[in-house]
Amino acid sequence: MSDNRNEAEARSAAASKPPLDPHLKALENEAIHIFREVAAEFERPVMLYSIGKDSSVLLHLARKAFHPGRVPFPLLHVNTGWKFAEMIAFRDEIVKRYDLDLIEHINPRGAAENVTPFTHGSARYTDIMKTEALRQALDAGKYDAAFGGARRDEEASRAKERIYSFRTPDHRWDPRNQRPELWNVYNGMINRGESVRAFPLSNWTEVDIWRYIQAENIPIVPLYFAEKRPYIERDGMMILAEDPRLELLPGEAKQEGLIRFRTLGCFPLTGAIRSTATTLDDIISELETATVSERQGRAIDRDQSGSMEKKKREGYF
Amino acid sequence: MTASATATVAAFPAVETERASRDSRPLRLITCGSVDDGKSTLIGRLLWDTKAVKEDQAATLQRDSSGKQNDLGLPDFALLLDGLQAEREQGITIDVAYRYFSTDRRSFIVADTPGHEQYTRNMATGASTADLAVLLVDARTGILEQTRRHATIATLMGIRQFVLAVNKIDLTGYDRARFDEISHEFKELALSLGVKQITAIPVSALKGENVVYDGRASMPWYEGPTLVETLEKATVRSNQTVGFRLPVQRVSRPGESFRGYQGTVAGGAVKPGDSVVVLPSGMVANVKQIVTFDLVRNAAVAGDAITLVLDRQVDVSRGDMIVSIDSQPMTGRKFDAQIVALQPEGIEPGKRYWLKSGSRRQRVSVTPASQLDLKSGKWNAAEALPMNAIGKVALTFDEQAIFDTYEQNRTTGAFILIDPDTHNTIAGGMITGRHSELGGIHKGDERVILSLPADLADKLMATEIFSSRRHDAEVRHTNAGRAAELLAGLDE
Repeated sequence: MSDNRNEAEARSAAASKPPLDPHLKALENEAIHIFREVAAEFERPVMLYSIGKDSSVLLHLARKAFHPGRVPFPLLHVNTGWKFAEMIAFRDEIVKRYDLDLIEHINPRGAAENVTPFTHGSARYTDIMKTEALRQALDAGKYDAAFGGARRDEEASRAKERIYSFRTPDHRWDPRNQRPELWNVYNGMINRGESVRAFPLSNWTEVDIWRYIQAENIPIVPLYFAEKRPYIERDGMMILAEDPRLELLPGEAKQEGLIRFRTLGCFPLTGAIRSTATTLDDIISELETATVSERQGRAIDRDQSGSMEKKKREGYF
Repeated sequence: MTASATATVAAFPAVETERASRDSRPLRLITCGSVDDGKSTLIGRLLWDTKAVKEDQAATLQRDSSGKQNDLGLPDFALLLDGLQAEREQGITIDVAYRYFSTDRRSFIVADTPGHEQYTRNMATGASTADLAVLLVDARTGILEQTRRHATIATLMGIRQFVLAVNKIDLTGYDRARFDEISHEFKELALSLGVKQITAIPVSALKGENVVYDGRASMPWYEGPTLVETLEKATVRSNQTVGFRLPVQRVSRPGESFRGYQGTVAGGAVKPGDSVVVLPSGMVANVKQIVTFDLVRNAAVAGDAITLVLDRQVDVSRGDMIVSIDSQPMTGRKFDAQIVALQPEGIEPGKRYWLKSGSRRQRVSVTPASQLDLKSGKWNAAEALPMNAIGKVALTFDEQAIFDTYEQNRTTGAFILIDPDTHNTIAGGMITGRHSELGGIHKGDERVILSLPADLADKLMATEIFSSRRHDAEVRHTNAGRAAELLAGLDE
């Protein structure tokens, strides 16, 4: 398979697609502006890549921002070892297709101590395998800026976060003491050891993400589309039952049904939804009539009150 | 009343079909008002009635508020908005938050700022990107000093569209005369600030009347638009009609054969063949290509993120500005500006700061001249500016600076000041012009007196040109006889 041909085909498809509507165009322009500004102002930027739909959009925008050049920074994937298998296959394919530099980091302590979502509980597991792992990876790379795909509409504490979100040398976020951010003039001045998390998708909503994926024909992990898949029900969530490490508890039984995922994370902590949406059109119309938010299926958001803010203060994205 | 409003929410159709692509850019707005005016309830109502709040978020709300509800059986909206733990614990709102909602016609980004102390700093931040301000008043108390302050700050930050939401109209028994009285008073206020696009709406945020759904059942006398209808029709400010401006963010050189200048068009439009000047060097070139990821384009307009290729080798680097040859910005080492002080240390006279405008960062020293008294609307002489102060300053640069006035271009006329010691953003600023030692018609005792019919004077002060200079003028209303005496006295 020729990567160049793939790219050429995608590009010619892009040239013939209808122009973006003004709403998506404005969001795209803003995101590209942020990418370029960070790349120009910081010495060692990195892009957090979590393989999900927001990361896919983020990556697409990065490629647009620096075209005809290469994306001038590496992608960092903080792996936990518990991602969906399809996510990892997709990641490796994308990295190859777009000629990207990928850094994968797994917390060695977590691996050595065999920290799993089953044995340590979702809060402690996330703290070690995601938050601590991210800090390790950022320190190791001496990165002074990290792009993330967070959006302000996702969660209440994110609604208050800046586009350039300042972090102390130990990666902490102080929500009460954020730099004012006026117009589109971003303050990128930091001391050595400090860093900035930059969020080009701050002003996007979930529907915007899907409409943009559709308009730009952006590849995403197939788990987002409904398909007949095996699952078990646990703690009110439908957990995908494909990974041999998933042990059934007494009373649990494998079932099969038409399901899909609205967000993707670690498979034991991410609940599926029943859905018949097999195309982007289906997903968008399902979303526009949805009555629950996308993070509803994420166990880690709910393990305690003010959960996301607490994790963010400690360095989680 | 209660029953019907609840029913409306419950009956909001789930059959809504796929949204057509939106025909306009998102409208950015700021809401001004205090908790007492019902601001949280209004925003909560907007989010709720446009279905921006989902069931699980509402359930979390119900849980957090231990079932506390307002009298319509809806969750406590303030909890929905106060996202941070400290805010929920202390029952206060910290800082600016951004909210998103959309209708079939358009998407909206709301900068939600707290109404209490430090409101100047937060309001200025929220207003910097806003196209429109929603000013909220309680129908029972009407226009307050606070309303005047909010309107003044919004105007200074360049907002030229106001919506007055006269809230809690239900508590006046839907009193039409009261509404007319408040909206009349507000129109006078807005006009005195040079704002002509004003819509006043009687609202009950709690009951959801004239927010998303109309309130005709309670207020048959009101035939105007709802709040959301007004927002759907508002215009998004654009820099498209002014001269071409491209602040260069980075130079792209993927290979020897390609050199492109990347940035977001900050004004006007550009097409291949156009003659441009690179500032501050002054070198001239022609545009060869506009490159984007999708295709080579034959034009780009304000707001577009592009890569520009010129027809000859010129020296261009980050911080330079590529501009149209026949409509150039101001260049120089001294400029006048209005700034808002954002940090406890304020603005110290003569201190050297970093100034960032677009992609250009330069050293600057700042000399405060006057401070705005938000109560009286007068500018008083000042040597330093404390936090939350709005001041006029002179900027002195080591090297050439490049600006338009903020009135002409909200991107190339705006800047932030950064403290070189703390690296914090300590001020936001708007260029008013090149610095003149004369200081305008106002310097010392020199003044120009014009005697005009009152209606003509009001019209004149409300024009675009004078709205930005209205603080340089003192308008006194007097009768013809007194005016004649005054002028006669001057002749001697």
